[in-house]
Amino acid sequence: MLTYIIRRLIGAFAMLVVISMVTFGIFYVVPQWAGATPEAMASRYVGRAATPETVHLVAERLGFYDPVVVQYGNFVKGIFAGAQYDYGAGVEHCPAPCFGYSFITGQPVWPDLLDRLPVTFSLAIGAAIIWVIAGVSVGVLSALRRGSFFDRLTMGTALAGVSLPIFFTGMISLVVFSYGLGWTPPGGAWTDFSANPAEWAYNLLLPWITLAFLFAATYARLTRAGMLETMGEDYIRTARAKGLRERQVVVKHGLRATLTPILTLFGIDFGLLIGGAILTETTYTLPGLGQYAILAIRTQDMPQVMGVVLVAAMFVVVASLIVDLLYAVVDPRVRLS
Amino acid sequence: MSFLDVKDLKIHFPTDDGLVKSVDGLSFGVERGKTLGIVGESGSGKSVTSQSILGLHKGGRARLSGEIWLDGEELIEASTEHVRSLRGKKMAMIFQDPLSSMHPYYTVGQQIIEAYRIHNDVSKQVARKHAIDMLGRVGIPEPAKRVDSYPHEFSGGMRQRAMIAMALSCDPELLIADEPTTALDVTVQAQILDLMRDLQREFNSALIIITHDLGVVAELSDDILVMYGGKCVEYGTAEDVFYRPEHPYTWGLLGSMPRLDREPTERLLPIKGSPPSLINVPPGCAFHPRCPYAERTGDRATTEVPALAETEGGHLVRCHMSREERRGLWENEIKPVLETQ
Amino acid sequence: MRRKHALAGAATAALALVLSACGGGGGSAQQPAASASGGGAQAAFNAAITGVYNPSTKKGGTLKAAHSSDWDSLDPGDTYYGYSFNFGRFYWRTLTMYKPGPGPEGNTVVPDLAESLGEPSEDGKTWTYKLKSGLKFEDGTPITAKDVAYAVARSFDKETFPHGPSYLNELLDWPEDFKGVYKTPDVDYSSAVEATDDSTLVFHLKKPFASMDYVVQMPMTAPVPKDKDTGAKYREKVVSSGPYKFETNEIGKRFTLVRNDQWDPATDPNRPALPDRIEVQLNVNADDLDNQIIAGDIQLDIPGTGMQPAALGKVLPDPALKARTDNPTIPRLWYISVIPDTAPLDNVNCRKAVQFAADRVANQTAYGGEVAGGEIATNVMPPPIVGQEKFDLYPSADNKGDVAKAKEALAACGQPNGFSTTMAFRSDRPREKALAEAMEQALARVGIKLTLKGFPASSYFSDYAGNVDYVKSNGIGLAAHGWGSDWPDGYGFLQAIVDSRTIRDAGNYNLSVKNPEVDKLIDQASAELDEAARAKLWVEVDKKVMEDASILPVVWAKSLLMRGQGLTNIAYNEGQSMYDYVMLGVE
Repeated sequence: MLTYIIRRLIGAFAMLVVISMVTFGIFYVVPQWAGATPEAMASRYVGRAATPETVHLVAERLGFYDPVVVQYGNFVKGIFAGAQYDYGAGVEHCPAPCFGYSFITGQPVWPDLLDRLPVTFSLAIGAAIIWVIAGVSVGVLSALRRGSFFDRLTMGTALAGVSLPIFFTGMISLVVFSYGLGWTPPGGAWTDFSANPAEWAYNLLLPWITLAFLFAATYARLTRAGMLETMGEDYIRTARAKGLRERQVVVKHGLRATLTPILTLFGIDFGLLIGGAILTETTYTLPGLGQYAILAIRTQDMPQVMGVVLVAAMFVVVASLIVDLLYAVVDPRVRLS
Repeated sequence: MSFLDVKDLKIHFPTDDGLVKSVDGLSFGVERGKTLGIVGESGSGKSVTSQSILGLHKGGRARLSGEIWLDGEELIEASTEHVRSLRGKKMAMIFQDPLSSMHPYYTVGQQIIEAYRIHNDVSKQVARKHAIDMLGRVGIPEPAKRVDSYPHEFSGGMRQRAMIAMALSCDPELLIADEPTTALDVTVQAQILDLMRDLQREFNSALIIITHDLGVVAELSDDILVMYGGKCVEYGTAEDVFYRPEHPYTWGLLGSMPRLDREPTERLLPIKGSPPSLINVPPGCAFHPRCPYAERTGDRATTEVPALAETEGGHLVRCHMSREERRGLWENEIKPVLETQ
Repeated sequence: MRRKHALAGAATAALALVLSACGGGGGSAQQPAASASGGGAQAAFNAAITGVYNPSTKKGGTLKAAHSSDWDSLDPGDTYYGYSFNFGRFYWRTLTMYKPGPGPEGNTVVPDLAESLGEPSEDGKTWTYKLKSGLKFEDGTPITAKDVAYAVARSFDKETFPHGPSYLNELLDWPEDFKGVYKTPDVDYSSAVEATDDSTLVFHLKKPFASMDYVVQMPMTAPVPKDKDTGAKYREKVVSSGPYKFETNEIGKRFTLVRNDQWDPATDPNRPALPDRIEVQLNVNADDLDNQIIAGDIQLDIPGTGMQPAALGKVLPDPALKARTDNPTIPRLWYISVIPDTAPLDNVNCRKAVQFAADRVANQTAYGGEVAGGEIATNVMPPPIVGQEKFDLYPSADNKGDVAKAKEALAACGQPNGFSTTMAFRSDRPREKALAEAMEQALARVGIKLTLKGFPASSYFSDYAGNVDYVKSNGIGLAAHGWGSDWPDGYGFLQAIVDSRTIRDAGNYNLSVKNPEVDKLIDQASAELDEAARAKLWVEVDKKVMEDASILPVVWAKSLLMRGQGLTNIAYNEGQSMYDYVMLGVE
């Protein structure tokens, strides 16, 4: 078990290294293949009327004249050993893990990521609770009442949920519930949980539901299919033959087995979401990692892109590790090796 | 009235293709301490019968009629909840494939404890002790240790023993074993059958063994019921059915009995064809398309459903042929073949 | 994209500028400031263009503003966006400023920190500004000429402040060894800017320069206290000299301004400072922002460039919503660069063929039509530019293009069957994509086959359309482009996009006009002191460019601005090309 975890962690680390290289390559090397000079790259980070001297100074400051390997080396060094940041009026030490400073805002990237993580986490956790509860219970009920009106209605809705993009459902719900009916706050509303839990939940309600709608649909369909299969298993008949009440047969025996594959999906989905619920955060203007990622890419803010990509990748890698470990717990037949 | 008395039981399933008459007018009885063997090919309705005794078809799509009396209580008209409360306690069941019939995510102990606690208001610790005790009684070594194993960690025979322990955990008065040994190899089969016989004696319960294999029930049963196409075709004491069988289908079953000295695939008197469709049951005698003697009764074989008639002393046979004809065939044609070794 | 042209060697050029701008309105689209007629809160289309809409002097309340992306920097020494100059006046004061309010007067400058406009020396190389008394920073320390001189000197360091304009770097007589206040803290920069006493600031220029008052309205002259200066980090905590100061500032997310009690209204006749509090949300989803403006949850859209296409479809058909909007023509041209580096467009006749073959109506439709996009442009300079003349060298019936003339031009070019070339556009701008598609269709009528190539807007000029090597090696013949001017003046609008001497390796805004005759005319116009003659010369430049056929004008842009619910004192300011933010109040 311990060796398994260690081996997986080494694998995860190797994965992050590869991801960092690929991301670095996309933003630092590919433009050079396309013929971009250090000055051309630096000209993204200057004012519109910048003189060649300004561009040159900025290119130098951002290290664009160094060979790519050196630039990547500096980036990696920053993560493990920290870095120095010259802000003109002084020099600041950026302690490890230092993901560098934004090319645009001059803000250190790591504190930004930490600052935005709670937003994304709040969004993901709330949405996850809603979608798991809603998706699984709808799926179970649909399976138990296969072919009923309820089954058809919910599965139709689920199909819509899977098909409709969040920027559409999100915008529609804002217009209807926030600006039309005034039930929910407008886009951009965010309160920290520690400041006011009720306000926190109220502000996140609409994003939660929108995001959960998408996932609940998938989970409902998956649960329904799984339940239909499980409820035909011999051990369900055994449970009934024991004299177990039907509710317990469904929940303790049927659902228990159905949820195991769903757990895998959930782990990966949740890991991805912690890395940034890009569309939801953009639609609702939530200052989370997803919005950060989009802004970073839009402004080609390379340190920010590197930071958010690595953090997101880390969450996915960790989530899949946790899922695999959990799997061994929930399914006794699975052996980790 | 017997301890378990089934009268004119009919179980029909409406489907898109038509009405499936899984069981069509079945009557039998079992006393405490006695064993009934129900024999038939798959699809003959034997499993459906046992499951409907336990009420597992109640509230589903099945249409049930007739009467099932258990210890003086009628179960078909009884409430679902009432039947549920009897299930596992007063009547219990052992299923065919112990691997798929036990939940893979719960330990054997947990599953026995659950079965026990449904009907007995005891703490988990008490139930656990009971589970260990039961595992010991069904011959599982080191039960205190194995109680925490998962089904997949058991061998096939052990699993079936655990299954039996679970079924017996509430001391049921009626135990139904549905193909209890089919999934096991032959030596283990014998052990399990021995175990069941011993336990039955110990618990003094009524036992129904359902099987497609007459060999399984030969030693265990007091009475034997042979089913074909949802109906009883022969019913009598084990002695009657084994030594004086009168129905051609029973002869076929006897001829297909696997024996230790024969290759399992080798059959002396194979039954031609395949089991009948339960939607379009053949007219007349349901067995006539496969019966080598159908021509002897002429048109009656295809037009008239033979009655289940007593030949002597409670031995019932459903056949158009006369008693003499059947006895003649058995004595002269069938028995000698079966005895050639 | 306002305020972006460099003032390279601008001494003589900008002399012209000040005269024209001071002269005010003059020509075309400008109307007198009608105040009363539009008064009250009678909502009407264009009500804030001609006068102040819903005038009020009521103080108090919270102004809720939002931005669909983010500032380049809140540091007055490091910012170069029109909205930033406009909004920044809430928390900074500069030596001079544009006169607030509607109408042509919005193009004039008035003193702000200074008692009066600057005093030039006789040779025009020294400008002296006297500061008012009673000026204070938010912490109560008096604002002295030294703080302004320091602010100017710190903005010199382009490594630390790469975003801001470099006018003063070019104009002032900086010491050779001066590399900025951080790198060379001991170098005396008084040869460029000096405070001779607490209230006197003197600029020393390399060459005579007449329009200093316009340059010093830019935020490089907003005072910065040296002991509070933290270089690139100053943007996080700017020390206010204006009527509001920062209460919170979460970079990339939001910030809040509250009243600065050290600001003395007696020293500031230009800012009514009506709201008690200003809240700004950043990086708001652009479509949601429009919806919130309509619904009233947000009152001010900071960038002031108009509503998104999604909202236009909702606003324009609804009379009640449309009555809340203003639709000014702004000094901006959307156009297509016809690049002579790429054969056969090196032949002027082939460029003319493109001019004739283009379907102007389809192009206008691509930009969203008359209200959302703008008026069909037939030449380079937009109407709000002083002295602008409309002319059309490539006329056609209904503006749908003249196929016959186009074919004639192709024949003259030696390509009678047409040719193939590539058109670049910014792929994240749906209107440019639609424009490229319209062009593809229109040019196909005469056998010119276009291959369309989209590029990301963020690196469009640095890596692609504005990169000389890329354009040449990839055979880019046409490129979608847009330009807005800092000042409503021929120089301000044209110089950056038609002067071939501004072209460098990458990051160019002049993609296609490489004509020595144009360059010569620019110099002539810049040197002309007579306002009317100068305006005529700029029209000549415009004509020369159109004859050269290297710019295909598409539309003179209009923006559709919506007046936020509950706002008072709203006026479209021509100097800002958007609502005048410092005038705003809330009900």
